[in-house]
Amino acid sequence: MKEFNYTITDPEGIHARPAGLFVKAAAAYPCNVTIAKDGKEVDAKRILGVMSLGVKQGMEVTIKCDGDQEDTAVAELEKFMKENL
Amino acid sequence: MFKEFSGKSVFGGIAIGKICIYRKQDNLVKRQKIDDPEAEIARFDKAREDAKAQLQGLHDKALKEVGEANAMVFEVHQMMLDDLDYVESVQNIIRTQQVNAEFATATTGDNFSEMFASMDDDYMRERAADVKDISNRVVAILSGNEGGGFNATEPSILLAEDLAPSETVQLDKSMVLSFVTHLGSTNSHTAILARTMNIPALIGIDFPEDADGHMGIVDGFEGKFYIDPSEELLAEYQAKLDKELEKQRLLQELKGKENVTLDGTKINLYANIGSVKDVADVLKNDAGGIGLFRSEFLYLESSTYPSEEEQFKAYKTVAENMAGKKVIIRTLDIGADKQVDYFDLGKEDNPALGYRAIRICLDRVDIFKTQLRALYRASYYGKISIMFPMIISVDEVKKIKEIVAEVKKELDEQNIPYGEVETGIMIETPAAVWMSEELAQEVDFFSIGTNDLTQYTLAIDRQNPKLDAINDTHHPAILKSIETTIKNGHKGGAWVGICGELGADPTLTETFLRMGVDELSVSPSRILAVRDVIRKIDLSK
Repeated sequence: MKEFNYTITDPEGIHARPAGLFVKAAAAYPCNVTIAKDGKEVDAKRILGVMSLGVKQGMEVTIKCDGDQEDTAVAELEKFMKENL
Repeated sequence: MFKEFSGKSVFGGIAIGKICIYRKQDNLVKRQKIDDPEAEIARFDKAREDAKAQLQGLHDKALKEVGEANAMVFEVHQMMLDDLDYVESVQNIIRTQQVNAEFATATTGDNFSEMFASMDDDYMRERAADVKDISNRVVAILSGNEGGGFNATEPSILLAEDLAPSETVQLDKSMVLSFVTHLGSTNSHTAILARTMNIPALIGIDFPEDADGHMGIVDGFEGKFYIDPSEELLAEYQAKLDKELEKQRLLQELKGKENVTLDGTKINLYANIGSVKDVADVLKNDAGGIGLFRSEFLYLESSTYPSEEEQFKAYKTVAENMAGKKVIIRTLDIGADKQVDYFDLGKEDNPALGYRAIRICLDRVDIFKTQLRALYRASYYGKISIMFPMIISVDEVKKIKEIVAEVKKELDEQNIPYGEVETGIMIETPAAVWMSEELAQEVDFFSIGTNDLTQYTLAIDRQNPKLDAINDTHHPAILKSIETTIKNGHKGGAWVGICGELGADPTLTETFLRMGVDELSVSPSRILAVRDVIRKIDLSK
């Protein structure tokens, strides 16, 4: 299992549009991907769950990848977060 | 089956075309026991696929029309429909409760939307609406209750029970030839929209449901509506329509001419607009400026508070397109009949007398400041004036000026440039009329909003169709109020304009000119007609 932490810099947080992009990015990998905030962890491939975290600017999230291609997934998702969120 | 109806006209003109009935989305869901859950789940899956296909269509349309960022919402809706939490919840309800797919979908939609709504965060409340939206779409497909809204494929006569402001915002206006409603009053938003679009509109028409797709004629002059007219009637109206178009063509020749009376009195003739798109009509009809730019559209069309940047762009676009001509922008005027969900204003017993317009802005100063910053920033790119609605006291104006001073100070500190901005107030309450002498000391101009001024002076709810008969817009109390306001405005050094519906009433143009009004602001489509009236008046007689 691989994981990383990231603090959201986008002033709007993980809103509908970026949430959609993020879920799409996560769904591209065969491994399990989760995203957690304040101890609440959800499946990163399910958009309603991701939205339900209500992530805003300045909040830290933890993303975990477990399974096939977890190395690539972690690297690519971290890059995605930095570019989009 | 020829049918003839009589109603009340809210705007004149002739329209001939196909009838299209606007249907409200009505998804009353019944809980029904079913025997075969798997078949029910198959129905749900099929409806879900159809819904996704519809959303893909909307996505592609939006992509072409409004760009990728705005089209993304439809993609997100598709993803929500694929979300396993959502799908599994529907399947579980069908299996465990042995109920129909409609009920399971609606229940799931309600559960998720309640979860989002309870998160007590403006953004999350919007997501609640998203989940409701996708669930409604699936339920509509399941129950064969589709085709809500206005789905005309050619310019048509729109028939509706009634239309809410939020519904008119979403209409494809290029497809509407005329508005015909059962309910609504002469001052409803549909009526105002008809005037802006310069198309005939009738109210009080109890049309039959099977009129959809039939041929129709709207006579906005006589208040008549015909379904399946005879060949002769059609020919008669086609001739009338041609004459009407000819009259409008003649008015076009008044373009470029001055708004001057026979004896040489000149006044400013400006246009009222409700969105950035209307600027084209303002220029096309040769208005000297914009006398009322309603900023509400920014809030009504958005699903959350519009950012300073979004507002700045809209104001800047208008100021630049008007190329140095005056643009008077009215600050946020919501509340009463203009409701915006995310403001969460709550229900009021007397909304017209309630929490609205400047009262909200002075209470929620952050929202007000965002708008003021955007306005001042945009003023660098053109000639912007700012006008404040629903004023009742000098105190309010002083508070506004303090906030404006703070905004300007912040911009100075950040080295952000802004232009010279005239500030004015709407005179639309009897209190403002009575205080007009004192108020004139505080501002550069007055703009008389006759719609609300009439409502508040006569104590007649403009939304109530039962009162239309006694709603006398030419009531002497209104005319006296206007006269007093003009006189007191001038005494205090403020110029005075009229931006309500009365400003475009050709039977009063001479009266207003004699009172000494400096400006009239009317719908773009009325500019040339009012100019025609002005040029025939002789005040020396």
